[in-house]
Amino acid sequence: MKKSPVPLLQNGLRADGRAPDQMREVNIAVGVVSNADGSAVVSYGLTTAVAAVYGPREAHPRHLALPDRGIMRVRYHMAPFSTKDERKSPTPSRREIEISKVLREALEPAVVLEQYPRSRIDVFIEILQADGSTRVASLTAASLALADAGIYMRDLVIGVSVGLVENTVVLDLNGLEDQYGEGDLPVGYMPNLRRFTLLQLDGAWTREKFLEAVGLAVKGAEYVYQKARDALKNKYMSIAEEIYGR
Amino acid sequence: MYFVTPRQLIFPGDVVATADSKVEGPVYLDNGRYRSLVVGLVEFRDDGVVIVPLEGVYKPKKGDLVVGYVTDVLATGWEVDVKSFMPAYLPVGEALHKHVDLETTPLTTFLNIGDVVVAKVKDVDLTDEYPIILTLKEDRVGKVESGTVVEIAPVKVPRVIGKKGSMLNTLMELGCDIVVGQNGRIWIRCKDAHDEVFLASIIRKIEAESHVMGLTDRVKAEIENYKRTKQQAAV
Repeated sequence: MKKSPVPLLQNGLRADGRAPDQMREVNIAVGVVSNADGSAVVSYGLTTAVAAVYGPREAHPRHLALPDRGIMRVRYHMAPFSTKDERKSPTPSRREIEISKVLREALEPAVVLEQYPRSRIDVFIEILQADGSTRVASLTAASLALADAGIYMRDLVIGVSVGLVENTVVLDLNGLEDQYGEGDLPVGYMPNLRRFTLLQLDGAWTREKFLEAVGLAVKGAEYVYQKARDALKNKYMSIAEEIYGR
Repeated sequence: MYFVTPRQLIFPGDVVATADSKVEGPVYLDNGRYRSLVVGLVEFRDDGVVIVPLEGVYKPKKGDLVVGYVTDVLATGWEVDVKSFMPAYLPVGEALHKHVDLETTPLTTFLNIGDVVVAKVKDVDLTDEYPIILTLKEDRVGKVESGTVVEIAPVKVPRVIGKKGSMLNTLMELGCDIVVGQNGRIWIRCKDAHDEVFLASIIRKIEAESHVMGLTDRVKAEIENYKRTKQQAAV
């Protein structure tokens, strides 16, 4: 494996100055795409994902529609200008198609699709800026956009990543740690129900490190969840403020 | 036992109450507890708690009054868009009171693509290719010939009607015809075209500020203000 140009861990601090169990700055806004039925923008540090939800609407082509439940389509896509070095080709890559499927399967346990028979819900996710953890930022954005669209959900799904860097478990990988770290574990978590909807893992992990990582992921997800609630609250409070003044 | 307070904002997955409580609206049972399915507001009524969603699509129910647009003319009826995620169908037999010979009379003589109808939902059958069946054989339904249709979010419809029709009565003070479709389309017709534009703007205001307290009073004030300025302009 290639060596990182800068030390990933020094005196207990990471390359960007964070403690191992520290998230990057989380910024969330809901209702950002007015054409969509629901939308959200989520950023974990530099990583920024926009999600827009359309539907439920009539399923076309009709033969794809299911008589007992709705279908959900998810498109994860990285903007050509989202990457640091080389321009990313706008054509959906194998990786993007796979992440689209993975995200759909991470959202499906939360969405009550049986409520929308013969219909289709479209979720579009665009990465505006990529600096690691794009799939988990996308997951948070997508679930917030679905909730903003008023689609029945059992819980919000919050995505966070944990990784292994110099045999230390770290929260919320950035691009550098993602590239040079020893392990990567993206997690989708429903904070109210305390259930996981996404758990991927690469790298070599011991059982102890894995358990520690899952615990840290839950802690991170709960932190992001509070931010997500505040963002949803904000959308409705801002209208009230407009009327009554601050 | 309830875990919520009146007029509190609630999010998907939040616990509302224990299973023995009375809860209405979009909730589900999980491990003996009602949890919310939507972003909504909590309302306490005499007979329990109601979760009022803040966003969402129109879910048709039998008996709903809806405003629809004719989108297609088929062999024995019309396809109607009622702003739902399922297509609606209006059969000839439900549209006309007298029998017509379909071989000699084209259906377009009665309703054509683009026409607006106020209709009742006769039945909802999810196994059907057209799950929503409409009927015009009721009072206060039929083809719309004039006026304006205002579109709002379907979840905001109860606000436009108000508690026991209080908001609707306020709007009626302008002396216009108003039909509130459960699907979020509201048909209005006034004698004065200016009133129609004003009424449409008031309905949009109700939609935007539906979750802020004291809405009926603000709307009342605006309508009175409008009536006063109109009177002064006439003098």
